[in-house]
Amino acid sequence: MAGKVLVVTSGKGGVGKTTTAANIGAGLALLGRKVCLIDADIGLRNLDVVLGLENRIVYDLTDVVEGNCRVRQALIKDKRTENLYLLPAAQTKEKDAVAPEQMKALCDELREDFDYIIVDCPAGIERGFKNAIAGADDAVIVTTPEVAAVRDADRIIGLLEAAELYEPRLIINRLRPQMVKKGDMMGIEDIIEILAIGLLGVVPDDENIIVSTNRGEPVVMDRKSKAGQAYFNIVRRIEGVDVPFLSLEEEGFITRLKRVLLGHS
Amino acid sequence: MLDFLKQFWNRDSDSSKQIAKERLRLVLVHDRVDVSPSLLESLKEDLLEVISKYMEIEEDGLEVNLDKSDKSVALVANIPVRRMKRAVEQSR
Repeated sequence: MAGKVLVVTSGKGGVGKTTTAANIGAGLALLGRKVCLIDADIGLRNLDVVLGLENRIVYDLTDVVEGNCRVRQALIKDKRTENLYLLPAAQTKEKDAVAPEQMKALCDELREDFDYIIVDCPAGIERGFKNAIAGADDAVIVTTPEVAAVRDADRIIGLLEAAELYEPRLIINRLRPQMVKKGDMMGIEDIIEILAIGLLGVVPDDENIIVSTNRGEPVVMDRKSKAGQAYFNIVRRIEGVDVPFLSLEEEGFITRLKRVLLGHS
Repeated sequence: MLDFLKQFWNRDSDSSKQIAKERLRLVLVHDRVDVSPSLLESLKEDLLEVISKYMEIEEDGLEVNLDKSDKSVALVANIPVRRMKRAVEQSR
């Protein structure tokens, strides 16, 4: 087995990076893939909480890298989903506790046993970010429809390029279609046009995310929720399935007319 | 109907979405041209090489800068010319 390493990044904090990583991981596992989530946000670990696995941590990423335990001992098996494992971050160490070469070696080791290794990157563009992306084959950038978040995403695109990750794909999070319609929020097309990268998915702002995070269950398990559907579509796209984008989005009259008349979106 | 009226009312140029887009565009124009001094230096060298084919220039007086104004960014080069090279003119 030669797994794929996918890093989830954003630049700006608070745009939903960890939630996205958790849902991509859980979603891929639901599709039957064997997935390892790595929390690379050392010192500010959160992925364990989002997944509801905070009580099961014995060893962490830093322990593995320092040789205090074997990888297998540090991996935590998810409660609900078969095939989903978490390698938690250390809570008491510094951001640079793991060097890029160590991260790369770890990813290569995990590749043997997993279909996907999803790395949750820390916010920012410093050492922690560089360490987290060291072993990645591909990158996902999460942004929200705000000036500051999109600006930071643009910066990240440049930094990923410098690290030879040339085709990152974008997830637009917390979109509010009604606001876009009223002209009070940047829409999908606006953001894509400015950043000029491929779109992997759009997640609508959805209260269910808060509810499911409270419970420690990724929202992708709840296929009735809009956000859950959106994440499920995202993982299928990662798997190479051509899933049309949900029409919950901004689609104004003109766009719809164009699509109907010209047969494309 | 109310939505439609609102949409009509919110002319594109002053909707907050349009403002956000415009601000973002400007901020990125600046961010993206934040070039390193070494890049500017190597651009200078290349410029020198090309221009020297056609004219004799004062290398010490060569100035290349990125001029950032509010709405745009321009590459401004100040290149003192000593004289044209005849040979090139004739060969054309």
